[in-house]
Amino acid sequence: MTSHRWFSPSRLAIHATLLLACALYLIPLIVMLLTSFKSPEDIRTGNLLSWPHVITGSGWLTAWDAVGGYFWNSVKITLPAVLISTLLGALNGYVLSMWRFRGSQLFFGLLLFGCFLPFQTVLLPASFTLGKLGLASTTTGLVLIHVVYGLAFTTLFFRNYYCSVPHALVQAARLDGAGFFTIFGRILLPMSVPIIMVCLIWQFTQIWNDFLFGVVFASGDAQPITVALNNLVNTSTGVKQYNVDMAAAMIAGLPTLLVYVVAGKYFLRGLTAGAVKG
Amino acid sequence: MTTVATRLRRSPLDALQRWLPKLVLAPSMLIILVGFYGYILWTLVLSFTNSSFMPSYKWVGLTQYMKLLENDRWWVASKNLLVFGGLFIGISLLIGVLLAVLLDQRIRREGFIRTVYLYPMALSMIVTGTAWKWLLNPGLGLDKLLRDWGWEGFRFDWLVDPERVVYCLVIAAVWQSSGFVMALFLAGLRGVDPSIIRAAQVDGASLPRIYLRIVLPSLRPVFFSALMILAHIAIKSFDLVAAMTAGGPGYASDLPAMFMYAFTFSRGQMGMGSASAILMLGAILAILVPYLYSELRSKRHD
Repeated sequence: MTSHRWFSPSRLAIHATLLLACALYLIPLIVMLLTSFKSPEDIRTGNLLSWPHVITGSGWLTAWDAVGGYFWNSVKITLPAVLISTLLGALNGYVLSMWRFRGSQLFFGLLLFGCFLPFQTVLLPASFTLGKLGLASTTTGLVLIHVVYGLAFTTLFFRNYYCSVPHALVQAARLDGAGFFTIFGRILLPMSVPIIMVCLIWQFTQIWNDFLFGVVFASGDAQPITVALNNLVNTSTGVKQYNVDMAAAMIAGLPTLLVYVVAGKYFLRGLTAGAVKG
Repeated sequence: MTTVATRLRRSPLDALQRWLPKLVLAPSMLIILVGFYGYILWTLVLSFTNSSFMPSYKWVGLTQYMKLLENDRWWVASKNLLVFGGLFIGISLLIGVLLAVLLDQRIRREGFIRTVYLYPMALSMIVTGTAWKWLLNPGLGLDKLLRDWGWEGFRFDWLVDPERVVYCLVIAAVWQSSGFVMALFLAGLRGVDPSIIRAAQVDGASLPRIYLRIVLPSLRPVFFSALMILAHIAIKSFDLVAAMTAGGPGYASDLPAMFMYAFTFSRGQMGMGSASAILMLGAILAILVPYLYSELRSKRHD
């Protein structure tokens, strides 16, 4: 193509724009970190980007006291819900791609719509049901809810992935007498590592970051971290401690940020899977 | 196929094998039918009743919808959704496309830059809302920063200004989602045949012209996908409002999702809350159905 002229004015403008954008995306994170380590005096006298006179971890300690318990709630909700919904999604996707039967395509269509469902339309009946089951305001209830409403996406991931696996492979195994679960366990599962990663990461970020289900179905001790953070930040009593707010926000955001940094490739694939046709 | 079927029909164990796929799918089918479609129907029924703090099944016809349409707060929420959704979608698309095109110019450290643009998408809207609430804090936030940096007369109090608070939501939402649009378009750009660009360059077209006239128009499907996803995010936006403004000041920054929550769960107006949820579903369908229709049609033409 055209020869590289690294110092041409237009290339300089491109690089400048990209770097400026980098700064704009990073500033909120930098401000959060800076503020979380400041003392209340520093916050009042300085500004968003001023360097703290004293670096103190007291904001983080207070924040952990306030939301630490709810952090573990989120762990208790997220881990089982992610694993169960991924497993179910894998099995569903396997059936919907390799063992189609009359009506299975219709079911897939119905399920696909679930990806677009505004959850507001199911909140009330779901809360009645949880009440009847005795699971209102429990982390178990939230696990159930997240499994149910995560099913659409997890099934979609695996179904689309398995549709690209040659059907002949499964046909041959069937002729050799391999059963339903043998084929799944011996042939499909070993080649599913990438899609399992995508699914786990997608579900992890979705469920960890959920607020709507948490605030509707869990009150008091069963709250996930997002609800606890919102309560902490939006209570109007007492003096606002912005360092505590920011530390708590960092605590709530760190797990998903960490996953993103470590496995960003899979994260991006999960995000685009819904948009790119499978 | 038929040989497999006859062979499998021989013993009871084989019969089980034949039923296994249906058995495995059955729980999920039940979950979807009840938990999605059954519950939507249930909510629809509730929207025709006079349910208040507790569900009741006294039929009142369209009364709740009439009350909703006479409710000023609902109109504020709907108007806000139009303003918020329009600006959020428009600006995110603009920034996303621009960054994708610039990043496509064989930039060194592209991977790092991409990571920076996309990381907000990993955060909860509650975290995003909390961060931006602080950044836009009138008095201590951006307001003070720019004055400290020498812009004496600078004032920024949109967060408490009923007329402008909705723009604060736009700023935070764009920060969160524009990197995702960038990633979508970058993936699309990587699929464009480079020989097209080369041919146009040989013909003497300038690079910006090539992108505007040839490359971007060829990314129409990506454009529609992004539009769909962003519209979906906008209509469902609840957590961002909850964290940043809680709908305030007053109800100036209410969105339908927030309205639905407030009326259903705190103000004991289940009937009206359900009606608002059904209207939200209607809004999603109004976007989704034409999209799916055009998708299916274009597939048939291929």
